[in-house]
Amino acid sequence: MVLKQIIFLGSLIITNIAMAQNPEMAFIENGVYTPLYGRDSVQIKVDDFMLDIYPVTNEKYVDFVVKNPKWRKSEVKSIFADNHYLAKWKDDTHLDSEAQKYEPVTNISWFAAKAYCKCQGKRLPTLDEWEYAAMADKTLPDARKKESYNQYILGWYERPKVVHQQVGSTFKNFWGVYDLHGLVWEWTADFNSVMITSESRSGGQNNNLFCSAAAVGATDLMNYAAFMRYAFRSSVKGNYSINNLGFRCAQDIIK
Amino acid sequence: MISYFTSRFYLKMCILVCLPAILLSSCINDQSSKTYEDAVDIPVNQEIAAELTSPPFVPRAVGKRKAKKLIVDMEIQERKGQMTDGVSYMYWTFNGTVPGSFIRTRVGDEIEFHLKNHPQNQLPHNIDLHAVNGPGGGAVSSLVAPGHETVFSFKVLNPGLYVYHCATAPVGMHIANGMYGLILVEPDGGLERVDKEFYVMQGDFYTKGDYGDPGLQPFDMKKAIEEDADYVVFNGHVGAMVGDNALQVNVGETIRLFVGNAGPNLVSSFHIIGEIMDKVYVEGGTLVNENVQTTLIPAGGAAIIELKINAPGEYLMVDHSIFRAFNKGALAQIEAKGEKNERVYKGKIQEGIYEPEGGAIQEMPISYKEVEASKPPEELTKEQRIGLGKNIYSNTCFACHQPEGQGIPGVFPPLAKADYLNADVNRAINIIMRGKSGEITVNGKNYNSVMSAQSIGNRDIANVLTYIYNSWENNGTEVTEEMVKKVREKK
Repeated sequence: MVLKQIIFLGSLIITNIAMAQNPEMAFIENGVYTPLYGRDSVQIKVDDFMLDIYPVTNEKYVDFVVKNPKWRKSEVKSIFADNHYLAKWKDDTHLDSEAQKYEPVTNISWFAAKAYCKCQGKRLPTLDEWEYAAMADKTLPDARKKESYNQYILGWYERPKVVHQQVGSTFKNFWGVYDLHGLVWEWTADFNSVMITSESRSGGQNNNLFCSAAAVGATDLMNYAAFMRYAFRSSVKGNYSINNLGFRCAQDIIK
Repeated sequence: MISYFTSRFYLKMCILVCLPAILLSSCINDQSSKTYEDAVDIPVNQEIAAELTSPPFVPRAVGKRKAKKLIVDMEIQERKGQMTDGVSYMYWTFNGTVPGSFIRTRVGDEIEFHLKNHPQNQLPHNIDLHAVNGPGGGAVSSLVAPGHETVFSFKVLNPGLYVYHCATAPVGMHIANGMYGLILVEPDGGLERVDKEFYVMQGDFYTKGDYGDPGLQPFDMKKAIEEDADYVVFNGHVGAMVGDNALQVNVGETIRLFVGNAGPNLVSSFHIIGEIMDKVYVEGGTLVNENVQTTLIPAGGAAIIELKINAPGEYLMVDHSIFRAFNKGALAQIEAKGEKNERVYKGKIQEGIYEPEGGAIQEMPISYKEVEASKPPEELTKEQRIGLGKNIYSNTCFACHQPEGQGIPGVFPPLAKADYLNADVNRAINIIMRGKSGEITVNGKNYNSVMSAQSIGNRDIANVLTYIYNSWENNGTEVTEEMVKKVREKK
């Protein structure tokens, strides 16, 4: 009981302090970007926000379920997580191996990811925030036109059965954030707000999506990489728990 | 069973109470043979699991069976496979093969499609079957995330041979990686019975490295957009139906080929070297063309081809956009066994040289001495021989043995680093001079093919062999006219 209260108070305090100094998070400066689903004239403004430097690890998620029994795999309601939830753990609160500790937690549902972030006084990043932060490579905030950047991403998307690596094993991007590409897929708060219908070639309201893919030019590879992320997001539901899908949290800057 | 008993019942009743004339008119009224104007109205009476086969095989014909509810179970697997010797590729597949399993149905069948995406897969997938009348050909209902299964259902209405493929964004990439196959819808009563049926599907592949560059080759999106294919193959990889895997038939058998073309980009000029296709169901539909040499199969289309092979031997199926066949892999073999039929094909009767000036075909001179003696003698250095030999190679040899002497696996043996070549120079001279057929082993692999005698003179043979022996890590032998002459005179 006491412990719970402390956590509760703690989280209250956290939400009320601007977390610009949090060593586990990186500051992402506001800006505008043209999303995949927009025409050139459509620009999305992204405000300043904080983003976890690493995806959430198994070790951290163990702490979470120890304190929140309803998110253990034996307890969780199937509408919140399907039966692949935490499939690779030994049991409710133990990992299969020591090495798993530092790997990103996967087989995690959107509901569980959301609850975890909330408990830390954070939230899931929005789709726009995630895409905005993920445009960066090591040196540029928007590297989407660089062929090497796109080849790297496409190369990873193509490789199945990737043995999970530890967090931090890919590159650190312009904002100081690791592993946005090349480790695991990540949940976003509004993952299904842009639906590529499963019929990805259809016209109608998805016309823009399709046309941008059909255009020939320098942006093609970039679109292809983004398309695969959107397709992936469209294929999932909130309770899906998938082997290569993890998450990280974000936070507002309170002025 | 029910209709059987009912008709028996009526039969008995008729015999008892009716006149024979009435019997004829009213009692041969079998429910089962009822025809339907609209395929939508065909009832299904039973549920069965569909037989699925991997290429080049096809499931049993539907024959006279009634329309049924067919359960089709397919698993999507992303897996590494061999593109050609020493080159591997990460294929995305329906049921683990490229092309995916063959689905065989009849008009009126109701298909319940279970599409499963393996939990270890990286990506979501779906399926668009061209045999479906409905939005996206099923693609709308079938997007499935890794570790999940989706079930959708449709009724097949139009007879024909149809392509199916993945239609998840980016569509081209999913097709380019191998996500396609064929679904056959047979008409009521089935296709005519034949002796052998096979499943062949062409596809083009785009890799980071060029044709034959070793190692695991990733997909190259840029080349795909530019339609610059590195591999054009039948059934997923180079040599899928060559050598031991050639399609086996007997002379005189009726053969039906279900041939699809997945693209993603290229249109196929499908041709069988040495055979004329008796019947082609054009584009897999109802129109039948007869006596066809080459049939065009569009990307995302198919054709049903029927033929009978009349003479024993090897027949090559190729894309007659011919550089694809000999340089990119679009080549497969049919091996026909049986008795020679000289009324159809006699083989080589006579060989002569053709001299336009003389107007008559003359016999080869028995002695080459005269011919050679008539040329001015000239001593060449090894370097000169290599230079001249290179030209001869690129005019005469490279179509089969390939620019780098690498050959074509299973069909044309390599010359590069070739043990068979380096072991015996006189044998090599003899093969160029007199040709070679039958089985040989080169670098541990068997080849059973034919090389025709090359009508080039002693000097040219010496030069081209010197070039070959001094290229591609061969043993550096210099071949002289004198050596060639000796071989020539031996016989």
